[in-house]
Amino acid sequence: MANLLTRPLAPTASPRIHRGSGALPHGRSRTRYWVVFGILLLLAMSFGFGLLAWDNPMPLGTEGFWLIANMRANSLLTMAIVAFCQAVATVSFQTVTNNRIITPSIMGFESLYIAVQTGAVFFLGAAGVSAVQGLWQFSAQVALMVLLACLLYGWLLSGKLGNIQIMLLIGIILGAGLGSISTFMQRLLTPSEFDILTARLFGSMSNADMSYMPVAIPLVVLAGTALIASSKRLNVVALGRDTTMNLGINHRGEVMRTLFFVSILMAVSTALVGPMTFLGFLVATLAYQLADTYDHRYIFPVAFLTGFVVLAGAYFVMKNIFYAQGVVGIIIEAVGGITFLIFILRKGRL
Amino acid sequence: MITLNAVHKSYSSEVSIGPVTLQIPTGGITALVGPNGAGKSTMLTMVGRLLGIDAGSIEVAGYDVSSTSSKDLAKIVSILRQENHFVTRLTVRQLVGFGRFPYSKGRLTTADEEIISRSIDFLDLGELEHRYLDQLSGGQRQRAYVAMVLAQDTEHVLLDEPLNNLDMKHSVLMMQHLKRAATELGRTIVIVLHDINFAGHYADYICAMKHGQVVEFGSPAEIMRDEVLTGVFDTPVRVVEGPAGPLAVYY
Repeated sequence: MANLLTRPLAPTASPRIHRGSGALPHGRSRTRYWVVFGILLLLAMSFGFGLLAWDNPMPLGTEGFWLIANMRANSLLTMAIVAFCQAVATVSFQTVTNNRIITPSIMGFESLYIAVQTGAVFFLGAAGVSAVQGLWQFSAQVALMVLLACLLYGWLLSGKLGNIQIMLLIGIILGAGLGSISTFMQRLLTPSEFDILTARLFGSMSNADMSYMPVAIPLVVLAGTALIASSKRLNVVALGRDTTMNLGINHRGEVMRTLFFVSILMAVSTALVGPMTFLGFLVATLAYQLADTYDHRYIFPVAFLTGFVVLAGAYFVMKNIFYAQGVVGIIIEAVGGITFLIFILRKGRL
Repeated sequence: MITLNAVHKSYSSEVSIGPVTLQIPTGGITALVGPNGAGKSTMLTMVGRLLGIDAGSIEVAGYDVSSTSSKDLAKIVSILRQENHFVTRLTVRQLVGFGRFPYSKGRLTTADEEIISRSIDFLDLGELEHRYLDQLSGGQRQRAYVAMVLAQDTEHVLLDEPLNNLDMKHSVLMMQHLKRAATELGRTIVIVLHDINFAGHYADYICAMKHGQVVEFGSPAEIMRDEVLTGVFDTPVRVVEGPAGPLAVYY
């Protein structure tokens, strides 16, 4: 006891190999991160190139080749946007809610999208699908979703309840309510109307219209930049409310700000291609495993690349093997779910 | 110096805390003791501005905690709650590094790294610094949390039951570390303790609370007495002279 008390302050003066506190503490973890990053980048580029060049009837490099590739590049751009939105939004959402088994899509974004689409077909018939397409309709849908989310966050986080768990619960219940209304309307549709509607309700890259991009891209850039720029604060927020406040950050303000940008990203992604319930969750979980660090500056890029690889990979398989191009949600849920299970079972932790 | 001036917090018509008026002197360890539900942790969290107050004022080192910006307060007072569960996977050193956030804003300088190293060594965590928190025992993890608040380098440190779930050996070690932090690093430590004998031995001042009020405040010699403790804890307590000072016997 006595020697412990009288011991000098810094007993281990002997030089240590490395005493840094960085996000990737060991040389090993640094190497591992950049190898993973490199592999993902390579995969992303090969899937991207594969989508442009595979089954392209014109020889590589000719004018005709680029003409066709250009047309295909549109869906590639959509995928990049969706991957970015889902990845950044889900990681940020899980951080501020301190919960790694939920995704922002349960906050009613998708139910609202489904309700709008179903309502259009229900009230306007088969022509209704085109009534909710177009730049203005797209912008209105995004605005509606962001508004719904902000009302929900604002009301629930600033009120007396001030509780994230209650906010999530109410979000889920609202989502379920909207979902039931949609299901009810779907039951009353004619088979042909239902068929048209179903095509819109699968998450599909071909739902995206290039004319939406002038609105979608600036919104995504704005919200994405804001979230990535707050990476260091998000690292702290991940430690929970008490620790965050102790370290001098306004916890509620930070959470509200983050949720606002998350709702923009989710709204754009959902309005662009439709529901992608599982993608964000899958991508975020895989990214935590692959990046293996707490630092959002490292998690975000890996999550984005993972998202793009998953999306482009699924699209590639759907298009060139099953000839069902566009409908990627199905294969993402099947293959992604299995990958996720294997990962968790092997590592034994989230 | 921590000054509470008629601090009041009410949860319902029956459950309320205060009004508490109290001065906690600079330097040394002040132990908050009292029965369950006396309001010890609530008072600590109010001083650490994690919980708002309904009336009155709290000043830490002359700064009003409700009006001073949280950013500035983070350099004056640090607080560690009882339950700490992080979803992120952190090494000990990364966790301690977060203690520097009020100064570094996430960009650690060499000076920050040095303070982190000193905090880690101070709590004997040198060998464990690159281990992940989920690979540590409860006692080691508790020490890592304390190292984080020490790295925050605040004059005032508030700890809510840091001995919770620690065995005899680790409780003693933790108190010795805290005592050293108070004497060698000159910190003012306010700590919620459940074991009155730990308070009697290690604390410089004891503040006894009951039903949301401060009922006794004084040196261990003044508090460690039959009639005082019996009154505070509502249970017969006898104080006997032990080999290392007075011991409360209440079994």
